[in-house]
Amino acid sequence: MSARFVSQVLYPLAGVVVIVAVWMLACWLANIPTVVLPSPDKVVRSLVQRRDLLIGESWVTFKETLYGFVLALLVGLPLAVAVANSRPLNLMFYPLLIALQSVPKVALAPMILVWLGTGMESKLAIVWLVAFFPIIVDTAAGLRATPRELVELARSLNASPLQLFLKVQLPAALPFVVTGAKVAITLAVIGAVIGEFVGSSEGLGFLLLSATSQLDTPLAFAALFALSVLGIFVYALVGLGERMMSPWLPPALERH
Amino acid sequence: MAFGVIKNVRKVFEPAELGAGALEPVVALADASFEFGEGDLVALLGPSGCGKTTLLRIAGGLIAKTAGSVTIGGREITTPTGDYGFVFQSPSLMPWRNVLDNVLFPMEILGRNDVAARRHAHELLELVGLEGFLSARPHQLSGGMQQRVALCRALIHRPRLLLMDEPFGALDELTRLEMNDLLLRIRHETKASVLFVTHSISEAIYLADKVIVFSKRPGRVAREIPVTIPYPRSQKVRFTPAFTAPERIASEALGVIAPSSEETVAP
Repeated sequence: MSARFVSQVLYPLAGVVVIVAVWMLACWLANIPTVVLPSPDKVVRSLVQRRDLLIGESWVTFKETLYGFVLALLVGLPLAVAVANSRPLNLMFYPLLIALQSVPKVALAPMILVWLGTGMESKLAIVWLVAFFPIIVDTAAGLRATPRELVELARSLNASPLQLFLKVQLPAALPFVVTGAKVAITLAVIGAVIGEFVGSSEGLGFLLLSATSQLDTPLAFAALFALSVLGIFVYALVGLGERMMSPWLPPALERH
Repeated sequence: MAFGVIKNVRKVFEPAELGAGALEPVVALADASFEFGEGDLVALLGPSGCGKTTLLRIAGGLIAKTAGSVTIGGREITTPTGDYGFVFQSPSLMPWRNVLDNVLFPMEILGRNDVAARRHAHELLELVGLEGFLSARPHQLSGGMQQRVALCRALIHRPRLLLMDEPFGALDELTRLEMNDLLLRIRHETKASVLFVTHSISEAIYLADKVIVFSKRPGRVAREIPVTIPYPRSQKVRFTPAFTAPERIASEALGVIAPSSEETVAP
């Protein structure tokens, strides 16, 4: 058994076992009603029995999260480039961006629902809204943090603006983009659930609401579990993308 | 006519160029004039903030001058020509490229990244003793090794002029001496002219055909000192009068030591 296996698998697993044991004991000893706090075995049973339902609803939330996130990338990246390279654009839109960010997205959700209905569109809009801010801010910061020497080197060789962008600024900013994307993807999951809370007929957020309203607490917990698995999964996807795009990152920077 | 002519160059940075918070224009360079021949190695020596780096950037066409003229190879410099190599104080390599691709970067920009370019890159890396590190990443190299890669990158497109901005200032003394010898060897092989900014008196004397001493800000040329030690030079020349005499003159021009009359200078 390698030291890595012990530290990366065994210890975290032991932590989970301890928590579950305490949870289980608490349920039995204090005789907590299932409606309030279901014991772990009931949650597991619910997970197994309702797996088709859970997988189906997870798939819906996953799609909302992913599409909204991609949309945030598609809009955020060019916008970041514009803001980072043009002082007038920066002066015009940066305060607006900050103002937008300080509005709680939950407060906007009902309005977005009114505008876009209870389907996929409203979820995408909410996910996009929460996810694109970290992407644009981190990317713009990364583009501006390009070492001045590298920019001057490219300029001294009469590089075109496109060459400067593609060969210098963009790769230099990539670690920042990835950092922004990591924050964005976790926010995206939250955005999707908010959208489903406010008005939806599918997705894990909807399942969570309907399960609690029917006092099916084990199912609600199962939905929560699915939600955290989904969150870890999409985060890992971004991590995978990071490793594929920027293999040059020195080890010290790799661990965010 | 001289290869390079710097004539009454003046640079005033306006508050807008200096960025947030600046209210007053700053005279970075009051008046600089000197000439140099093709293949010369000229050291620009002065205290920090005297405008020597600014002059280097002007000579490279990277920033505009307020007044005066810079002519290199018969051409008035106003924008980058692509015909010189730049070496900065920090190696400034691209962490996402390996050593070979860092060296080839200028050829990519110039659209000449062909087989001949790769062969030349191999030759240069061999010249600086890095032939075994072609696919290493910059962060795996020491500071001195990184600066060697930066040197190769500056030379890859066979520029007629090298512009070097305190390139060895961040290195330890021994590595720096080694790099000085390396630069002289490279210069001998490539026949490139070099403008070399430094604040080290002994480095300036050791390397240069001619040392231009700048005064404190606002910078102007305080003194032009020819160095007559024949090339190839070795570290031993540091202890000869041909080295110590210009070293003394430069020290006086910089105000490091008080001016002395000939009699008090012991042989």
